[in-house]
Amino acid sequence: MAVAPQTEPLRPIRPPRKRRVNESLSTWRWGDRIAFVLCWASGIALCAIAGGIVLYMAFKGLQYLSFELLTARPQPSADQKASGGFLDPIIGTVVLTVIGIVIATPIAVATAFWIVEYGRPSWLARAVESGIEVVAGTPDIVIAIFGLALFQQGIFSLLSFTAQGGAVFGRSFLTAGAMMSLIALPMVFGATREGLQSVSAHVREASYALGKTKIATIRRVLLPSVKPNISTGAALGMGRIAGDTAVVVVLLGATLRIDPESSFPGVGLLRGTGGTLTSYVYNNSSAGEGNAKEKAYAAAFVLLLIVIGLNFAVDAIAKRGAQTGLESTRLGT
Amino acid sequence: MIDETREAREIREASEPPTVPTAGVGGVGFPALPPPVRRIVVDSPPTVAAPTVADHGLARTARAASGPERMTLDTLSVFYGPKAAVKDVSIGIRQGEVLALIGPSGCGKTTLLRTLNRLTELTATARRDGTIALDGRDIDTLEVTELRRRVAMVFQQPNPFPMSIFDNVAYALREQAMKRPGKSVLEPLVVDALQRAGLYDEVRDDLDRPALRLSGGQQQRLCIARAIATRPEVLLMDEPCSALDPRSTAVIEELIGELRNELAIVIVTHNLQQAYRVGDRVAFMYLGDLVEYGPTEQVFGAPRAQRTRDYVGGAFG
Repeated sequence: MAVAPQTEPLRPIRPPRKRRVNESLSTWRWGDRIAFVLCWASGIALCAIAGGIVLYMAFKGLQYLSFELLTARPQPSADQKASGGFLDPIIGTVVLTVIGIVIATPIAVATAFWIVEYGRPSWLARAVESGIEVVAGTPDIVIAIFGLALFQQGIFSLLSFTAQGGAVFGRSFLTAGAMMSLIALPMVFGATREGLQSVSAHVREASYALGKTKIATIRRVLLPSVKPNISTGAALGMGRIAGDTAVVVVLLGATLRIDPESSFPGVGLLRGTGGTLTSYVYNNSSAGEGNAKEKAYAAAFVLLLIVIGLNFAVDAIAKRGAQTGLESTRLGT
Repeated sequence: MIDETREAREIREASEPPTVPTAGVGGVGFPALPPPVRRIVVDSPPTVAAPTVADHGLARTARAASGPERMTLDTLSVFYGPKAAVKDVSIGIRQGEVLALIGPSGCGKTTLLRTLNRLTELTATARRDGTIALDGRDIDTLEVTELRRRVAMVFQQPNPFPMSIFDNVAYALREQAMKRPGKSVLEPLVVDALQRAGLYDEVRDDLDRPALRLSGGQQQRLCIARAIATRPEVLLMDEPCSALDPRSTAVIEELIGELRNELAIVIVTHNLQQAYRVGDRVAFMYLGDLVEYGPTEQVFGAPRAQRTRDYVGGAFG
């Protein structure tokens, strides 16, 4: 075959030369070396701080923690031997968390579905998203005093108790839970929205192509797909609620014992005041009134365990989602 | 020359001009020609002898007896905003036949396919002119959910839902009514659909397994089972094998051959050999125009239009 002479003679293409294997930090530029060391140091420092908190609380907490503390009701007594345990704050934490998440999850999920699947008119969708961002960014103490101002209105008198003069108290598990739901709502909303956005368009189209309506697609395809995301968001939100103090102090009364509002079981509890582990820790710490540091440490350790447990639950949910193959739908494979 | 690598040969053959007469270049009396521009043409057509289509792949499956015309497209145009993606296409889709839509990327073949079950309506900017009739009835007068049950679709990516194998097929069968049929009603229908899609023997013992655990080819056959479960009249396939390995592709092509007896099939494919193997009629589209439409042998063997000749010869793509 004729070849133009001015083309250089062609040689077989060699495989690319191997890189030097003995590359080490000493060959790097100084800036890179410092940055590299700083990256390592930051990571290790964070681990150390987290480990330090957990270990310190474990050391302090386990020292004083006993089974009686977990099962005994607190008693108003200056004598530490007689002041009982923190069963009520544990129950308070659980009840408040459940109320908050039960209110937050349906609203957050419905909002996320509306934003992602409908989102019309777009200005309204944008406004809703900004609204949720504002709620997420509002300090919890602000949410708490707003809640107090709101729930002291006469129309909310059913949620708490009314004093003799007709003033609505505004503090109860219901009102605190309602405001706590605002703290959890952005987390559930965000997780659900992320999940929906990552369900690829062709999965939706596959459902439409089977002659399904949008609502059937949402109910039968999208909702099952984002279930792990909703669980993740809910677990994160529960962690936030369990760890919040300001709303408890302002809206729940932060009392030592759960104080039902009537003898009617359940409803009385919900309309009554109480405390959670966070308020118990605060009140018993040196900063509070109780000045029973031992019990504060023990309660703080229990609270830490609950929150860490919720975080592990988040990981477990995400992993289970991956195992059932739900993740691969989202990646669009 | 003998030991030159394949890459080197491609570089040389892609250099311009490839067969410059070499005599006198640089010699006395001739101005020196500039050195040839070297470039590597990515995805260039093979420079060895262009393969004749029939040389590759399976032999064509036997021609099915063509039945009545199920869908009729009359001067169909589809626009995205001001841009026409499909221009004045008139075509008939017959039962018992596989219509293969071929053409370069962006020629409108997928848009045409998606228009047939009104999926293009999901795109906000899309607009359609002309009429499409399903069994003589304008599809605009049909409820869109009913249309999509009668004109089913299989997508490029296998896209089973994140549910069990059983539920994937049952989802297609469940009417959107207040009263949902129970498992005892659905089971024979699901099994039948899986059998027709040639998947039942592989999954008969684990219908409750998540569908996403299946292999890619099995997932695609599940999608076909899902699509044909409602006994549609037309089956649209949008490059159903492009995400699959050759073995799964062969299985699905065989399946297409079996299915065409009971329904009309329209398949979009980038793979000319596949169009040749499975298509009874071939429509070649280019920039939204229907350039050529006819029996497979004619489009591949004796194309009328120069564009078709170039395309099926592999000159551009």
